Amino acid sequence: MTDMATTPGATATHASGAMPAPSTSSKGTRILGAISLIGTALVLLFAFVISKPDAQLGESIRIMYVHVPTVTAAYLLMIINAGFCAVTLWKRSRFADTMAFATGQVGTLMLALTLITGALWGRVTWNAFWVWDARLTTAALLFLMYLGYLAVRSLGGPPEARMVRSSIVGIAAACLIPVVHKSVEWWDSLHQGQTVLGKLKPEVSGQQYTTLMLAMVVALCISAWLVLHRFRLSWLEDQLDDVGLDAALEARRSEAAGVAINVGGAK
Amino acid sequence: MLATIGPDTWWIIILAWAITVVAIVGYAAIVIRRGKRLSAQVPPDARRWM
Amino acid sequence: MKISPLEVLRDASIVAGKDLRIEARSKVAINQVLPFVLAVVLLFGFALDAETSLLRRVTSGLFWVTVLFATVIIVQRTFAIERSDGVLDALRLSGLHPAGIFLGKVLSLVAQLIVIEVTLALAVVVFYDVSLSGGALLATTTIAATVGIAAAGALYGPLAAGARHRDTLLPLLLLPVLAPVLLASARAFEVALGRGVGGGWQWAAMLGIFAVVYLTLGVAVWGPLLEDS
Repeated sequence: MTDMATTPGATATHASGAMPAPSTSSKGTRILGAISLIGTALVLLFAFVISKPDAQLGESIRIMYVHVPTVTAAYLLMIINAGFCAVTLWKRSRFADTMAFATGQVGTLMLALTLITGALWGRVTWNAFWVWDARLTTAALLFLMYLGYLAVRSLGGPPEARMVRSSIVGIAAACLIPVVHKSVEWWDSLHQGQTVLGKLKPEVSGQQYTTLMLAMVVALCISAWLVLHRFRLSWLEDQLDDVGLDAALEARRSEAAGVAINVGGAK
Repeated sequence: MLATIGPDTWWIIILAWAITVVAIVGYAAIVIRRGKRLSAQVPPDARRWM
Repeated sequence: MKISPLEVLRDASIVAGKDLRIEARSKVAINQVLPFVLAVVLLFGFALDAETSLLRRVTSGLFWVTVLFATVIIVQRTFAIERSDGVLDALRLSGLHPAGIFLGKVLSLVAQLIVIEVTLALAVVVFYDVSLSGGALLATTTIAATVGIAAAGALYGPLAAGARHRDTLLPLLLLPVLAPVLLASARAFEVALGRGVGGGWQWAAMLGIFAVVYLTLGVAVWGPLLEDS
């Protein structure tokens, strides 16, 4: 039994030659994507060409224009992830669970970039890749915690169990952020007496401020774009799992029916 | 106190930006590509949340 | 259904009693984890070239790192025994409050960890030539830290116990989360042993906060955790 509608690909090419291949894009994401690209170009222009070196930090301030936006995006995504994890645990909603995963994965990516850019900035400013700065250390621990979240979620199993387990890990990580931050911050302050190093928090004003704000807005646009696509991809993956399960059940059922007929016929 | 000012600083700045751009573009590419592939496999009415 | 704290505590003591009785009979912690802990003490000695002055300086940190390693093993063991023979289903159907089961697990972990810590302390005194001082701070720190560690272990243990690829997840889940506990307890120990300056009791207070946070989290989420995983 062949049906034109069974293969979506066939439908797409057969029904109308102008229909685009199915993907996770939509009008919304295309607009967001365009804004992100233009914004990125603007930020690069501002960061490298238009804005001038800092009085204290020199050229290295240009790393700040990529480091602070990634930090901001990362923390924002983690907070949103925590919210969706809470909703997931409370309502057992697949939408919330999928949103939690998308924000969690993109947020972890941003955290990784935060650590890398922070280390590189530290290399320039203090000639050391890592100085156990409170913010970087907290980010490192957070990064590991969210790797745990992603690992628990990727273990799979029945969707209900998976969403309960991973949302618990996500909520726990979020609850621990302030605790971790306070303790590392206090620890850092105990070390302050031993060094005369400044912190990775220069005073920004005027043009630097504009560039930084622009970069942060662009980072948020990029994050939103990534989250939307990752959400849709994750949704598709889950749908395939469901469809695959249904298909397998169907196949087993028809096998059983076929065997029963054969047995009946052979008798 | 800056440890070094000069040509040494620039490659680190470029590196920071380059890693960021490459990572984000790479991640986006992977997600989009898999999205296209899976979209073709899933029946049209099940593709989106709404 | 009104949950009475007294019932929860009673359930906790039932679960803790069961776990400790199992441990008393199987003696896994004593036969396997204690020797592991001693081995780690020796290994650090080898690693640091048996420089006694250096070892004395880093004792606080090494002590608590070793405790964390032992915790991973003990937690895995604690939840492995639930995996076998459908014990988990029995727990679910038993009518015990999830919060009570959680607290029972915490109590049993605390008991086992204290035994390990005392042994470790003796080993450290012997092998690293450490003289103990600041007993009150040491004791308070140990208790506060152990409760926090046990609560975290009882929270993440069930997540990482059970199916195929899950066991290896436990260190990844537990250790980053316990890093602040390690930080605070090591600093407090340093102060107690006369090596650090000031603030020892503040670190101990921080450990108390960690313990409360982990306990609260565990009590809050163990219901869904037990039902759905």
